[in-house]
Amino acid sequence: MPATERLSCPARRDDGGAGRDVRGAPGGGATSLVFPAWGGGMERDAGPGDARRALGHLVEAVLASRGEANAVFDILAVLQSEDQEEIQEAVHACSRLFGALLARGELFVGPLPSEEMVLTGSRGATIKYKVWMRHRYQSCCNRLGELLAHPSFQVKELALSTLMKFVQLEGEHPLEQPKWEGNYLFPHQLFRLVVGGLLSPEEDRSLLLSQFREYLEHDDIRYHTMQAASDTVARATDGRPEVPLAFWNNAFMLLSSVSLPRQEGTLSSFYVKHTELSDKWKVVHLKEHRKAFQQMWLRFLKHQLPLRVCKKVLVIMHDSILPHLAQPSLMIDFLTRAYDIGGAVSLLALNGLFILIHKHNLEYPDFYRKLYGLLDPSVFHVKYRARFFHLADLFLSSSHLPAYLVAAFAKRLARLALTAPPEALLMVLPFICNLLRRHPACRVLVHRPRGPELDADPYDPTEEDPAQSRALESSLWELQALQQHYHPEVSKAASAINQALSVPEVSIAPLLEITAFEIFERDLKKKGPESVPLEFIPARGLLGRREDLCAQHFTLS
Amino acid sequence: MGKTRSAARGKASAAPAGPWGGRARPNPNPFEVKVNRQKFQVLGRKTRHEVGLPGVSRARALQKRTQTLLKEYKERDKSSVFRDKRFGEYDSSISPEEKMMKRFALEQQRQHEKKNIYNLNEDEELTHYGQSLADIEKHNDIVDSDSDAEDRGVLSAELTATHFGGGGGRLPGKATQQPGGGEEPPKSRRELIEELIARSKQEKRERQAQREDALELTEKLDQDWKEIQALLARKTPKSESGGGKEKPEPDAYDMMVRELGFEMKAQPSNRMKTEEELAREEQERLRRLEAERLRRMLGREEDAHSKRPKHLSADDLNDGFVLDTDDRRLLSYKDGKMNVEEEPSGDTSGGESGEEEEEGEGWSEGAPEDSDSPDSHSDLESDAGSEDARGPDGLESDAEGEDASEGPQRGQRPSLGERLTRDDRAAARAELPYTFAVPESCEELKSLLLGKSTEDQLLVVERIQKCNHPSLAVGNKAKLEKLFSFLLEYIGDLAASDPPELGVIDKLVLPLYNLCQMFPESASDAVKFVLRDAMHEMEGTVETTGRAAFPGLDVLIYLKIAGMLFPTSDFWHPVITPALLCLSQLLTKCPVQSLQDVVKGLFVCCVFLDYVSLSQRFIPELINFLTGILHMATPNKQSQGYTLVHPFRAHGKNSELLLVSDEEDMATWQRRSLPLQWAGGLKAQTETEANHTRLSCLAVCLALVRRCVVAYGPLPSFHDITQPLRALLTEHLSTRCCPPTLQDLSRSILTEVESQPRHCRPLVCEKSKPVPLKLFTPRLVKVLEFGRKQGGTKEEQERRRLIHKHKREFKGAVREIRRDNQFLARMRLSEIMERDAERKRKVKQLFNSLATQEGEWKALKRKKFKK
Repeated sequence: MPATERLSCPARRDDGGAGRDVRGAPGGGATSLVFPAWGGGMERDAGPGDARRALGHLVEAVLASRGEANAVFDILAVLQSEDQEEIQEAVHACSRLFGALLARGELFVGPLPSEEMVLTGSRGATIKYKVWMRHRYQSCCNRLGELLAHPSFQVKELALSTLMKFVQLEGEHPLEQPKWEGNYLFPHQLFRLVVGGLLSPEEDRSLLLSQFREYLEHDDIRYHTMQAASDTVARATDGRPEVPLAFWNNAFMLLSSVSLPRQEGTLSSFYVKHTELSDKWKVVHLKEHRKAFQQMWLRFLKHQLPLRVCKKVLVIMHDSILPHLAQPSLMIDFLTRAYDIGGAVSLLALNGLFILIHKHNLEYPDFYRKLYGLLDPSVFHVKYRARFFHLADLFLSSSHLPAYLVAAFAKRLARLALTAPPEALLMVLPFICNLLRRHPACRVLVHRPRGPELDADPYDPTEEDPAQSRALESSLWELQALQQHYHPEVSKAASAINQALSVPEVSIAPLLEITAFEIFERDLKKKGPESVPLEFIPARGLLGRREDLCAQHFTLS
Repeated sequence: MGKTRSAARGKASAAPAGPWGGRARPNPNPFEVKVNRQKFQVLGRKTRHEVGLPGVSRARALQKRTQTLLKEYKERDKSSVFRDKRFGEYDSSISPEEKMMKRFALEQQRQHEKKNIYNLNEDEELTHYGQSLADIEKHNDIVDSDSDAEDRGVLSAELTATHFGGGGGRLPGKATQQPGGGEEPPKSRRELIEELIARSKQEKRERQAQREDALELTEKLDQDWKEIQALLARKTPKSESGGGKEKPEPDAYDMMVRELGFEMKAQPSNRMKTEEELAREEQERLRRLEAERLRRMLGREEDAHSKRPKHLSADDLNDGFVLDTDDRRLLSYKDGKMNVEEEPSGDTSGGESGEEEEEGEGWSEGAPEDSDSPDSHSDLESDAGSEDARGPDGLESDAEGEDASEGPQRGQRPSLGERLTRDDRAAARAELPYTFAVPESCEELKSLLLGKSTEDQLLVVERIQKCNHPSLAVGNKAKLEKLFSFLLEYIGDLAASDPPELGVIDKLVLPLYNLCQMFPESASDAVKFVLRDAMHEMEGTVETTGRAAFPGLDVLIYLKIAGMLFPTSDFWHPVITPALLCLSQLLTKCPVQSLQDVVKGLFVCCVFLDYVSLSQRFIPELINFLTGILHMATPNKQSQGYTLVHPFRAHGKNSELLLVSDEEDMATWQRRSLPLQWAGGLKAQTETEANHTRLSCLAVCLALVRRCVVAYGPLPSFHDITQPLRALLTEHLSTRCCPPTLQDLSRSILTEVESQPRHCRPLVCEKSKPVPLKLFTPRLVKVLEFGRKQGGTKEEQERRRLIHKHKREFKGAVREIRRDNQFLARMRLSEIMERDAERKRKVKQLFNSLATQEGEWKALKRKKFKK
């Protein structure tokens, strides 16, 4: 057995610094490194328990003596296996092996020379060994990066955690020379490999990304992720006309999971353990983090994003992006572009725009005109209805708005209410009433004594400019029509305009999120008078009496 | 007497006021008055102590002490004390007279107890003014006492004047007379009194004689009456009571007469009502129900006096009085079945459902014991017969009372009878058992009903209802309540089956309606339950995908049935309002993806419009849906003048679902109703059939649009509501892609829309009462004690008041004690002084006597010497 033969050679210098000199001599050590024996390192057909044991032996052997270093090839070979369990075992083994080697410092430090050059050169045996081992480490990392795309999630997860462990160890025992005292070193290359693996253009990595999210709690990882991600994203469209949706999804997932701390403070929760933190390092300053954050997002949003991703970005924009940017006004380009798209995207862009207008002095021409243009029948049926009306309420809460504008909004909303479902009506009717309450000049819409009787509604629904819509000359007949609505609560809400409006506004916040199902449940639970009224005309069969519509248009057979 | 007493009391009350009532005296000695000067005048304050009389009050206090404290002091060393043990001696609450009476009584008692226990005969003689009372009693006549009694109340002016006038002079009456008739010489007082006495005596005598006469006469009359009384027949009890006091012995005849009199008489019953009257009553009932419905539709609060709607009372069914021709036959048939089939079509006289049950029980009990003895059966039969005879009598009055609530039943009976021919029923009867237990679960009901024909199923349900009528047993009500929900579930299963058995459902609606009338609460709960189920299912899919597929036919049928069981026009109704929401959700959340969905959607629209057919309420979702359907049938999609909302899309996979381009199919199409089965599952069709279906759907859709246009015409912004429909219809017409009938229909709709007037009257709020200005009414705080802080709650104030009072009392008590001590010290000092003075006086006396003695002795001695 060759394995046993190889075991005997380095037996004498297995331990400690005492053996270092001996190893330095070009002796048996060099010769022992030569053969990349792919032979039967282990029995493939054995069970997983045997495999684990065998791998364990190999790792022990490599760690025990440098002479057994060739066993690394066996381990790496298993890493290439097709079988999922074997791969997992191999990853565990690699993790142990290189983890120990990194901790021991048995890998070459500094810019890595090519393998052949070193091995053929006249360097010391120890250097040769270290360079050789570093190359093995390199190939192991590459393989792990490839495993991030493995179909099995367990393998992916394991590969990720192993890579992160290497990142940690490499950070503690850097593989490059510090340029000066207290230089901050981080395994950028390895980490780029990880981030690049996460941002795969091929498939959706959301599960893996959610695993990765826990590393993002560490400040240094977050910082370097932002850097790596912004690089990756920036190079996304290089040489590719069409970037697949999966990449954008992955990128968004990763970017959105980066969340900076709200308040200033020392960033001290580091993944890579440092004995002392230097104030000179960029990574400890929140300002630098913000810069990186901003750069990352700007590079991401620079691209022509798919509409769905765009919506997702807009949804989290006001809450998790804008507050952390070093210079929020840079977002203006993206938001204006989104606002001009129309439809739901515009609705969502409103929120970010509002923050910019409100907090960062953005001057936005024709804001209300555009807002007015956003009001179309679909506004009551979209998913973001609650958010939109919350914002609309905010925008129209100013008492300095001109009356014609508010009247145009009220009239437009009333017109749209004619097509709205009951849950939206329950919200929009108090909304309109609130508008009238805030702006007494608009009360003519519901109260115009001695006004002339008109032939047609003077309001022009097709006019885009609220100033030209002649809403102030009109009345809210739509609300009068809605008093005949089939749902009692809607009818009651619409009847509020019959009386002079009460002074305090009705808070619409609890009405924003209401759904039809909630109304349904509420109606079911409501207790009426003690007895349930019954139909007194006796039933005549399933389709009812002859004059019923069902009987007219449907037959049983 | 009274006068003197009052005078004495007056004096008594005046007397004590003398020494200390300083203020009452007109001229107090100014040197005795101490004035408490007030610094400020405080308005409303009552001043009680502005003037004090220190001298007077000191004297009063001293007197009081001498009376009480001094006495005690003097008796301080005495062990025995003199006590007056006479009754009531120290009790001031008893008046002296009473005191004397009690003492006398006590004395008598003591004597009686001690000496006279054995003295039976000797009774003490009671006297009145010296005369023996026994004597007076003996002389007394009853009549006399009467006259006395008469005199007692009389108190004329004359009498009082003569008795109590005093010796003053003449009577005032006589005095006035005097000047008129001045001839008579003035009589002396004595004469006057004598005259008076004489006159009164005479009057007395006359009255006595009169009374005696009357007494005699009545006695005579009594005797006469007694003589003829026997001859008289006893006519009325009145004369009896009027005539004499004693009652004759009641004889047997009397008793019988009285018994008969008290026995309940047969009252005349109401006459049978004529057809017209019945019709009028029915009309009246319907009118009342309609008024009630209108009230609910407008959402007004129920009036206090309005009662439960009459038709609600299920008592009509509860009393079990149903003149059902079949039940009697069932009963006899059952007996016949045990023996031989002798009387398959027995008498048709009314039997009640109740006896069927009893009969059944009786039979099952009797059968194992003596199945071979014919007697038992005859017994049973006779029993049943007697019950039969009794049954209707007892229940007739009930039935009369609930005449009104029989309406629904009457309506239903003939229709039932029409459908089921006699033969069918007889055949069915031959197979089905007659009693059914109420199924405990839906599965049980299904096992009962499945596989039977429609009529049989109906019959089974009917029998279950009858056998377990709530009037028959206590638990039946709860069981039948459950039956409703089982039936509902069964209907749902029928509708979900493939193909849906709509015919059975159609028939089962009737029992469902009847059950609902009997148990409104449980029925509404059951319907709510199925609705909630359907909505939950939909909610789940909507939350995950944002939309939901149209539900199965069962949900649609539930919704339809809910509309038949409950009044749909109510402003708010515990079942109908959720059902409306459910319909709305179907129209807004379910995208139309196939022809089947179109049929379902149109059915939902029909149900929805039927719901609001009376109340004419506005349904935005319906307009949207119809717009969407029309959009699907319109070829070119410029989408001018209308916007589609959520479930529909202007462009996309299904945006031309209803478009028919085949000219031939268009020509061969004939308008007919849509079969409801298609909603359950659409069979694969040929292209022509599919096209025909499309056109039929379009026709229905247009008819619904027309209905909406007619219904919503009066709404204020009608033209804004129908604007998308109008735009679509004009476009539709312009493309000429549908059969002429439909084109005509669209055209007529358009003209209908245009013909609606545009009334745009500016809105005006109702005038509301002006809000009154806020008034500052003063806050009223009850003043309990002046000069104290007023804040705090009532309890706190009370507490503070009590503390204050206690403090004052305490101070007062301390002061009193101090004064007492001072008084006692003074007394002691004066005693000592007195004693000392006495001793000094005595010593002086002694010295005096000794000095004289000495002097005498010396004088004597001197004398001796001189001698």
